[in-house]
Amino acid sequence: MSQNLGEMLILLGETLGTLPRFWQERRKVAEQLFDIGNSSLFMACMLALFMGGVLSLQTGPVLVQRGLGSSLGGLVALALCKELAPVMMAVLIAGRIGSSMAAELGSMQVYQEIDALRTLNINPIRYLVFPRVVAIAVALPCLVIFANLVGWMGGALVAQFNSRVGVSWNTYFSNLRATVEWMDLANGLIKSFFFAVVVGVVSCHQGLTTRGGPRGIGRSVTKAVVNSIVLILILDYALTRLLLPLDNGWQF
Amino acid sequence: MNDLPSNSRTGLPVSVRQLEKSFGKQKVLRGLNLDIRAGEVFVVMGPSGSGKSVFLRHIIGLEVPDAGEIRIGDELSTNEAIGNHYRLAIVFQSGGLLNSLTVAENIGLYLSEHRLKQPDQIAAIVREKLSLVRLDPEVGDKYPSELSGGMRKRVAIARALVVDPQLILFDEPTAELDPMVGLTVGREILNLNQRTGVTTVVVTHDRDLAFGIADRIAFLLDGQLIAVGTVDEVRASTHPILQQFLTAEFKG
Repeated sequence: MSQNLGEMLILLGETLGTLPRFWQERRKVAEQLFDIGNSSLFMACMLALFMGGVLSLQTGPVLVQRGLGSSLGGLVALALCKELAPVMMAVLIAGRIGSSMAAELGSMQVYQEIDALRTLNINPIRYLVFPRVVAIAVALPCLVIFANLVGWMGGALVAQFNSRVGVSWNTYFSNLRATVEWMDLANGLIKSFFFAVVVGVVSCHQGLTTRGGPRGIGRSVTKAVVNSIVLILILDYALTRLLLPLDNGWQF
Repeated sequence: MNDLPSNSRTGLPVSVRQLEKSFGKQKVLRGLNLDIRAGEVFVVMGPSGSGKSVFLRHIIGLEVPDAGEIRIGDELSTNEAIGNHYRLAIVFQSGGLLNSLTVAENIGLYLSEHRLKQPDQIAAIVREKLSLVRLDPEVGDKYPSELSGGMRKRVAIARALVVDPQLILFDEPTAELDPMVGLTVGREILNLNQRTGVTTVVVTHDRDLAFGIADRIAFLLDGQLIAVGTVDEVRASTHPILQQFLTAEFKG
């Protein structure tokens, strides 16, 4: 894992090195973005709807019992936008997009397509890795925005219609508006950007280092997903700690 | 628009000195010394696992030797900028075609990625190269997965020709092909060499192909050269394994 980390950092550096050619690669980035949106948006919305609903269902009755039912909207919204939406969307993207990236690049490695690019003097990092990492880094924060909106709605629906919660739509959203600040949304979006870079780099790295035919591709896919999730959770703690000053008006 | 590498003379000499390579504890190449003349068809033969393909990957710069060197023209094969000075191409055993691109996009990839020509010029060049390898222009719209093994091999040759190579390498060009298609591919290699004077290195264990197209043959066994010479000189060799390889036939 530590050797992989070093290689992934090098890959990240090389990918950043190709940033000046962004304009030339815009079509590939757009294609990747379309693929990611197409394959993940519906799933992300479904996941978010139920996340919001479950949050409301778990916390609503407890808050209502203690006379704090009016705080439900803010609690669900903050939990979603600062923590659950970025992490769960990143896990979803690791599973759906990261795995397919690792499989695609792994198969290209095994069937000598990447060697062919090198012999045509085409840098595989610029041609293959850069568009994928950029697309995923743009797509994930967008998915998180959708997830926030849909998750809040899910929470509101449960709050309104579940008899054990019974918090009205108006009360829920009044509290949400009063509690959530732009910085809270920014907090989740910043996290999701870094998670996206992790998923992109880890998945592409696993794909490019695939060895040993179809079995090797399977191994790379598994490692891409597992390593991405582990790194997302570790990075989540670090980023949460680093972003705490954002909540406290930059007081450490 | 950029320009093709400026050195336009055809046929590059290749000089191999004390080339050694190991993978783990396994020694694959053991001190190879070899000179390939500019413009000749040089065939490397040997049984499976003798290091032929690894040798080819060293020439094109896909592997770095543990010791020794390969010079192509005046440049070391390990020089990453060699593609800026000389035009090299390889036809992989699997073809190495990018499965996500059409045949036409595969053939024009070098020109489009390096912005050497306008799209209409690229389309014309693609049609020309397809006709050179005796494929209909309509094939350009298909994907590699829709082609037979022989057609894929010819598309890979067409893609290599786009570079207008001074040195072209073929890795097992007749593997997985029936004898008739193999014969056609052999003729293409010979025609190409006679028409352009490109230095041609072919790795194969197909005796008929080797004797049909070679100006000179090298026989590799366990990473060592045991014979180099013209077809007649190699045939006259008394090395027992070489003789066994040249005369082996199935008796039911």
